[in-house]
Amino acid sequence: MKKRHKRIAIIAGGLAAVGIATGLVLNAFQDSLVFFFTPTQVSSGEAPLERHFRIGGIVQAGSVQRDGLTVQFAVTDNANTIPVSYTGILPDLFSEGKGVVAQGQLQGSGLFHANEVLAKHDENYMPPEAQHALDEANRNTSVRGPKPL
Amino acid sequence: MIPEIGHFAIVLTLFVAMAQGILGTVGAARGIPAWIAFARPAAHAQFLLVTVSFLALVWSFLAKDFSVLYVAQNSNSQLPWFYRMAATWGGHEGSLLLWLLMQTGWASAVSLFSKQLPDAMVARVLGVLGWVTAGFLLFVLFTSNPFERLVPGAMDGMDLNPLLQDIGLILHPPLLYMGYVGFSVVFAFAIAALLAGQLDSTWARWSRPWATAAWLFLTLGIALGSWWAYFELGWGGWWFWDPVENSSFVPWLIGTALIHSLAVTEKRGSFKNWTVLLAISTFSVSLLGAFLVRSGVLTSVHAFATDPGRGVFLLTLFGAVVGSSLLLFALRAPKVGLGGRFALISRESLLLINNVLLAVAASAVILGTLYPLLLDALGLGKLSVGPPYFNAVFVPLMAPALLLIAAGPTANWKSAKIPAMMKQLVHPAWIAVVVGIGAPFLLGRWSALLAFGIGVSAWIASAVIIGIVQRVRATRSGLMAQPRSWLGMHLAHFGIAVFVAGVTVVMGYESEQDLSMMPGDTVMAGDYEVTFRGVRRATGPNYESEVGDFLLSKNGRAIRSLHPEKRAYFSSDMPMTEAAIDANGLRHVYLSLGEALGDGAWSVRVYYKPFVDWIWIGCVLMALGGLLAISDRRYRLKRRAVRKQRTAEGAGA
Repeated sequence: MKKRHKRIAIIAGGLAAVGIATGLVLNAFQDSLVFFFTPTQVSSGEAPLERHFRIGGIVQAGSVQRDGLTVQFAVTDNANTIPVSYTGILPDLFSEGKGVVAQGQLQGSGLFHANEVLAKHDENYMPPEAQHALDEANRNTSVRGPKPL
Repeated sequence: MIPEIGHFAIVLTLFVAMAQGILGTVGAARGIPAWIAFARPAAHAQFLLVTVSFLALVWSFLAKDFSVLYVAQNSNSQLPWFYRMAATWGGHEGSLLLWLLMQTGWASAVSLFSKQLPDAMVARVLGVLGWVTAGFLLFVLFTSNPFERLVPGAMDGMDLNPLLQDIGLILHPPLLYMGYVGFSVVFAFAIAALLAGQLDSTWARWSRPWATAAWLFLTLGIALGSWWAYFELGWGGWWFWDPVENSSFVPWLIGTALIHSLAVTEKRGSFKNWTVLLAISTFSVSLLGAFLVRSGVLTSVHAFATDPGRGVFLLTLFGAVVGSSLLLFALRAPKVGLGGRFALISRESLLLINNVLLAVAASAVILGTLYPLLLDALGLGKLSVGPPYFNAVFVPLMAPALLLIAAGPTANWKSAKIPAMMKQLVHPAWIAVVVGIGAPFLLGRWSALLAFGIGVSAWIASAVIIGIVQRVRATRSGLMAQPRSWLGMHLAHFGIAVFVAGVTVVMGYESEQDLSMMPGDTVMAGDYEVTFRGVRRATGPNYESEVGDFLLSKNGRAIRSLHPEKRAYFSSDMPMTEAAIDANGLRHVYLSLGEALGDGAWSVRVYYKPFVDWIWIGCVLMALGGLLAISDRRYRLKRRAVRKQRTAEGAGA
C-alpha cells in the first residue's frame, strides 16, 4: 500500500470515528439533559409534563408525611410550593427546613413524582440549585424582608 | 511556634522553587554548568522543606492545636489520633499541602533516579517542575494557607466531616494526588524535550516509567474512591458519573492513551507530536480536575469551601500552563519529524485506534461534565447531564477498544500479517463466543449486552493467557525470564478483563430493594435470605448509633449476622449510614438502615451485588501491571549503555 493511500485510509478512519462519536454524543446528549426548574417556574407552567427534570428549594416545615416507604413532602422557594412524592429511602441529610433537590416527573395533577432525591454531604451545605430557586423567588417578590437562610 | 515553622518552610520553598525554575531552564539553554548543577540539590531541598511544613501541620493536629484555624475546622479533641492525622489532608488547605508534598517528592525522585540522563536535560525537567511547584506554592500562600491562626484559639474543633472518617479517606487523596502530580513529571519531560528540540525515542524511554507510575497511582486512587463511595456513602453504587469522579477519570483516560502512545514513540519513533500533546493534555486535565474540584464550582463531598478567589487563581494557573505549553508546542513541534513508517495493519495502527477512541471518550466525558457548568456560568439555565448520557456514549466507544486489547499485542510493529494474528487469536475467539453465550444462561438471565460483556472479558483474558503460554514455549525460558514490561502489559490487560467481567455481572444481575421491614421479616437477596431481628442503641468514641441486627442465611442455614448502623456524631447533626456487607469474592450482600417507620419497623436497603469486588480487583491488577512494567531492566540501563544505543540509532537512521 502506498504511503498516500495509507494516509488517506488513516484520515478517513479517524474522521469516521470522530463522526460516529459526535453522532453518539449528540444523540445521547439530547435525551439525557435534565433541566432544572424552581417551584415558581413549575407553578407557572414552564416545566414540561413529559420529561424528567429537577426541582429544588426548601423542604417545607411540617409537610413531611410518611406512609411506609412512600414519603410526601412539599418543596418551596418561599413564593410557591410544589407537592412531591417519593418512594424509597431518603438520603441522610433530608429534613424539614433544609435544602433539597429532587429529580422526577410532573404529573397532570400537579404532583411531582420524584424517582431520585439527591444526597448531600454536609449539614451546612445548601444545594446551589436550591439556593438559586430561593434567590430567584426572592428577587421576583417585591416584599422586602430578611433573606431566607 | 510549630505552625509558624511550617509556614516559614513553605515560604522558603517558594524561593527555592523559583530559583530552580529560572536557573534550571535558563542554565540548560545557555549551557551554564553551575546553574545546571543547582537543579538536583534544589529539588531535594524543596522536598525537605515541604516535608517539614507538612509534619508541622500533622503535629498541630496531633497536638490538638485549635489556635490554628484549619485544625479547628477539621478536627476535634474526641477524634481518634489516626483520624486526626488523616484530617491533615481532610480539608482544602491541608490537601493542597499534601499536593505540594507529592509535587516536590516526585521532583526529588526525578533528581534521584535520573543519574543516567544528561545533566542539562535533568535541569530542564526540574526547572519546569520548579515553575509548576512555584505556581502551587503561590496558590497555597495567597489563598489557602493551612497555618493561619485563629485569634483567640478555639476551645475545641468543629470535627472532621464524618463522611471522611474512614480508612478510605486516609488513602484516597494521597493516591489520587500521586497520580495527578505524577503526570506533571511527564509534562515536564515533554516541555524539556520541546525546549531542547530533542524529541527522540530516548526521550520517550525516559518518560515512560514516570507516565506509568503516575498512571498506576491514579488507577488506584480512582478505584479507592469508587470503593469508598460504595462502602462509606451508603449509596451501594460504584460509579455515578459525578462531575468530581469524571474530573479524575478524564486524566486517567488521556493518561492511558499516553502510556500507549509513548510505547510507539519509544519503539518506533512515531507519533512524537501526538505523544507530546498527550503529555501536555494529561497534566492539563489534571489541573482542570483540580480546578473543578477545589474551586467550588462543583458541589460534592470534595468541595470543601467555596471561595471565588481560589477558583480564579486555579483557572489562571490552568490557563498559564495550557497556553504556554501549547504555544511552545506550536513553535517547536513541526521540527520534530515523523519517525518510522508503518503499514495499515500494524501494532502502530492498532495503538493509534486505541488512542483515538480514548481521546474521543475523554472529550465526551469532558463535554458532559463542563456543559452544565458553562451554561450556568453564562446564565443560560441550570441543567445536569445524567448517567444515561455517559453510558450511551462511553460503552459504544470503549467496546471496540476492548476488542482490540486482545489483538494489539499479537500484531507486529511496522507491518503485521493478518493470518499470523488470526493464528494466535482463534482460540480466544472460540472461548469468547462459548463463554459469552453460555455464561449468561448459568447466571440466570440472557441478554445480548451481557453476552457481549462477558464474551469480551473472556476474549481478553484468554488472549492474555494464551499469549503468555505461547511466548514462554517459544522462548523456552520461564515466565519470569520474560521482559517485565511485557508481563506488566499482559497483567494490566488481564485486569481490564476482570474489571469488565465485574462491571457486566454486577450491572446485569444485581438486585436493589428498598423495603419496610418489621422485626422477624425475611427477604430474599439473590439466593440468600435476610432476616431483620431489630435495632438496638450503641455508643462509639464520638458518636451514638442505632445498630440493626440482621441474620444472613442460605437455604435456611445461618451464615452470619450483619450489623448496619445509623450514626449520629456528637459534633454535628449529621446522621451517617454505615452499611454492613457480607462479601465472599463472588458477591456482596449489602444492608443499610434507612429510618425508623414506627412500631419497630425500619426502612432497609437490601442489595445483592454479584462480582462487584472484581471491579476493584481488576483495577488493582492494572496497577500491579504498571508496577511490573516500571521495574523493567531497560529503564535502569546505565548512561553509557544509553549513549551507545543512541549512537547506534543515529547511525541507523
